[in-house]
Amino acid sequence: MNFVIQAAYFVAAILFIVGLKQMSSPVGARRGILWAGAGMLVAVLVTFFSPDIHGVGNYLLMFLAIGIGGGLAWWSGKRVAMTDMPQMIALYNGMGGGAAAAIAAVELIRYEPMSADVQAIAVVGALIGTMAFSGSLIAFAKLQGLLKGTVRYPQQQMVNLAVFGITVLFGAIIALSGTDYAGILLFLFFALALAFGVLMTLPIGGADMPVVISLYNALTGLAVGFEGFVLGNPAMMIAGIVVGAAGSLLTQLMAKAMNRSIRNVLFSNFGGGSAG
Amino acid sequence: MIEGFVALYIFMLAAFTGYEVISKVPVILHTPLMSGSNFIHGIVLVGAMVALGHAHTGLEQLVGFVGVLLAAGNVVGGFIVTERMLDMFKASGKGGK
Repeated sequence: MNFVIQAAYFVAAILFIVGLKQMSSPVGARRGILWAGAGMLVAVLVTFFSPDIHGVGNYLLMFLAIGIGGGLAWWSGKRVAMTDMPQMIALYNGMGGGAAAAIAAVELIRYEPMSADVQAIAVVGALIGTMAFSGSLIAFAKLQGLLKGTVRYPQQQMVNLAVFGITVLFGAIIALSGTDYAGILLFLFFALALAFGVLMTLPIGGADMPVVISLYNALTGLAVGFEGFVLGNPAMMIAGIVVGAAGSLLTQLMAKAMNRSIRNVLFSNFGGGSAG
Repeated sequence: MIEGFVALYIFMLAAFTGYEVISKVPVILHTPLMSGSNFIHGIVLVGAMVALGHAHTGLEQLVGFVGVLLAAGNVVGGFIVTERMLDMFKASGKGGK
């Protein structure tokens, strides 16, 4: 069975890359998403038979979660207006980031010894995934009109930098302390990472949101790739890193198409003087 | 388990692949491509299923459950939105010509 699973992941990785390639040209774009979709279906179906999954209760929870999450996404994706697509991408992307963070959280609260590099990658993936989660949700709220205007206050960049610094510090302590980290520290780490995603996105204006969503998309890809490494899952590693790289390039291309630099988008109120 | 330099090689080759594969995307496809790549990182569902699958305590199950729920949303929502967008793209392309 293990061979079948690994073979299916291999096929899925190929389908993802071919699908992405097709999606970047007008001729094959529609075919591309179908190929990628086939890869996803294969990968998810074989995972139900993974030897790592046990317990009837866990299987029930899994079906329930897939039913609820998938059902809600199906319903919302079908009825949303074409003009509201960007915020839906932000929402679904945020969910992916949150899922990557949840994987890291499960692995870290198990308190099972991991090798030092795996633990460090788990923490980095958790940080990136969590901030992509909360940041994407703010981007969604802004475009959806739930959150109006931009929030700016003096020394904002300094506050953000401080929050980020403390988050990284906590993360480093967790990564380096084997299984000795306190549960409360883990909680604070995730809470601060959530807060940072919010703080970073709040000052960015609605017109720049597509670029920001693309950036969070790339970050989620990266987080997924890292958690794939933690779980030893090559399909996640490859798909995640491919999206991370493609998303980074796409973010640059989008910013360029709008005559903006990424630095300008993210820190446009820095010093208040730079013209957008 | 994939470890050390093998993992590093996978990361490097995947990164170059991602960069090369979309390097010639026209502006009109930016948003659909963002949506499509958003769907592809929905593969996180596979990992979330494994994380929930080997959960022991209630807390692990809770976090794992949330993870699977979010990941399923990423996969299904990402696919539907991308498909709808590209559908429109094809229809309008035909209509214009």
